[in-house]
Amino acid sequence: MTSTVAATPPVGEEHVSRSPLTRLQHLLHAQATIGPAVVLLLAIIVFALMSDRFLQPGNISLIVQQVAVVGTLAVGQTIIILTAGIDLSCGAIMVLTSIVMAKVSAEQGVPGPLALLLGFVMGTVAGLLNGLLVTRLKLPPFIVTLGTLNVFFALNLWYSKSATIRGTNMPDLLLWTGKTFTVGGTRITFGSVIMLLLVAVVAFVLRSTAWGKHIYATGDDAEASRLSGIRTTRVLLSAYITAGAIYALAAWILIGRIASASPQAGQTENLDSITAVVIGGTSLFGGRGAVVGSLLGALIVGVFRNGLALAGVDVLWQTFAVGVLIIVAVSIDQWIRKVKP
Amino acid sequence: MSTPILQARGLVKRFGKVTALSGADLDLLPGEILAVIGDNGAGKSSLIKALSGALVPDEGEIRLDGSPVSFTTPIDARDAGIETVHQSLAVAPSLDIASNLFLGRERRRKGPLGSILRMTDRAGMREEARKQLNSLGIMTIQNPGQAVETLSGGQRQAVAVARAAAFGSRVVIMDEPTAALGVRESRAVLDLILQVRDRGLPVILISHNMPHVFEVADRIHIQRLGRRKAVVDPKSISMSDAVAIMTGAMEPPGSEAA
Repeated sequence: MTSTVAATPPVGEEHVSRSPLTRLQHLLHAQATIGPAVVLLLAIIVFALMSDRFLQPGNISLIVQQVAVVGTLAVGQTIIILTAGIDLSCGAIMVLTSIVMAKVSAEQGVPGPLALLLGFVMGTVAGLLNGLLVTRLKLPPFIVTLGTLNVFFALNLWYSKSATIRGTNMPDLLLWTGKTFTVGGTRITFGSVIMLLLVAVVAFVLRSTAWGKHIYATGDDAEASRLSGIRTTRVLLSAYITAGAIYALAAWILIGRIASASPQAGQTENLDSITAVVIGGTSLFGGRGAVVGSLLGALIVGVFRNGLALAGVDVLWQTFAVGVLIIVAVSIDQWIRKVKP
Repeated sequence: MSTPILQARGLVKRFGKVTALSGADLDLLPGEILAVIGDNGAGKSSLIKALSGALVPDEGEIRLDGSPVSFTTPIDARDAGIETVHQSLAVAPSLDIASNLFLGRERRRKGPLGSILRMTDRAGMREEARKQLNSLGIMTIQNPGQAVETLSGGQRQAVAVARAAAFGSRVVIMDEPTAALGVRESRAVLDLILQVRDRGLPVILISHNMPHVFEVADRIHIQRLGRRKAVVDPKSISMSDAVAIMTGAMEPPGSEAA
């Protein structure tokens, strides 16, 4: 009946002076996006030194264009990973949605805005399905989305009859995301702008609204959140639905980017979006991270691929570099989590 | 005896063949610290869960200020003014102190920023959190924007207690608040419990730690085999007698206390 005689840290005593490494750990703990921001900056400097063409506005614009689709997916993926979930089906939802948008307009003659709306309904319903399986059947998100990845991909092949729908048959609205405008001689696609706006909006919502706090809290400790009066099932369901709608946005950007809708597109994006989120400093264990980090993560991958290509390095080493980045990012996350009071 | 603020009569809860509560009673008087002690399996947790809405009893009645209440979720109990500090603490470690204090009841900003953009009033909540922590004398926490996981066990417990004290308008229930703490941190948390009572909030304290119970409790409710065995005054009974009643080695002195 006596208290355990464990080492008792004195309450409220001044912190002992910290080593530089510990200070770095605390800094990264407080601001998880500093890591990816520094990596991106360093990568840009190194690649700029390696190739004159790297920093040209046209090339930077190209990188952002290349990143727009996976960056958008990564925003939805971030919301889900923050709840300590994962979504392996995001690319499949995107492709299925892009086929729906393209096919109803190109073959059934549905006008552009309605086709877009139907696409958003498709994405949202797909997200809802994932969310219901996670919250009602209480299945692990990994298993749920591994299953729906195959389901959605098969539906996509069935509905499209494995045929690509060419952009020439589609209304202009669907292709609008691939159109460009010129700023100071640099051509920028509307798709890139949509992605950047989306990141800004979601960053605001996650940071400054109660729903955002509840996303973090649910991923951090679901039981504690429930006891605090958060309806965690509802939070999880809303996270998957929101992500589904965001994947539909990615589908629209994808159509503009490739000027067609292909049932074979988006297969690598399932994992690429997770790569962007992880490199961006969001923890796979939930409750920690930021959507801006995921954008940085997507940009890091884009910059590595582009920079190494400009430097004439074989494609396989680009993939190698991305693999190393993932492992480094997760190791840093583990280290940050061990932060001591 | 004044009227109880929280009263339970004949609570029954069965889990399959196991009966956790078999007609349990409880009376919490205004402004007191009522300790609830009992051996493992005596039904302490079930009793407390029933009072805090985490469990719905099969039979029996709970009255708050004399009127019957029925809680089906912890939110119901909270809305009725009963705050619980759970043994598992129920704090989200990566969120900051202010966010944890206001978790599940965030304040929105005034004007269109709050009503349309749904922005939370972060500055206001931090200020309020600072006030709460200060008023409970938890001056060791300087920054309400600090993540909870950077706090020591005692400080985390203080955050949980501060949350209950800030929002509990009727009753605060604390489940084993000193169980995971060292000597000095336990001391600080016991002081906090006394302060909550001195603010006029009655406290139900569940604890295994007899010295702690005898130090702060005004009355001790002894739970045994799913019901209230006795209510004793810590000033007129020894610790070993209380334990004897708790384990069934001794009958309670006099009649079964009401």
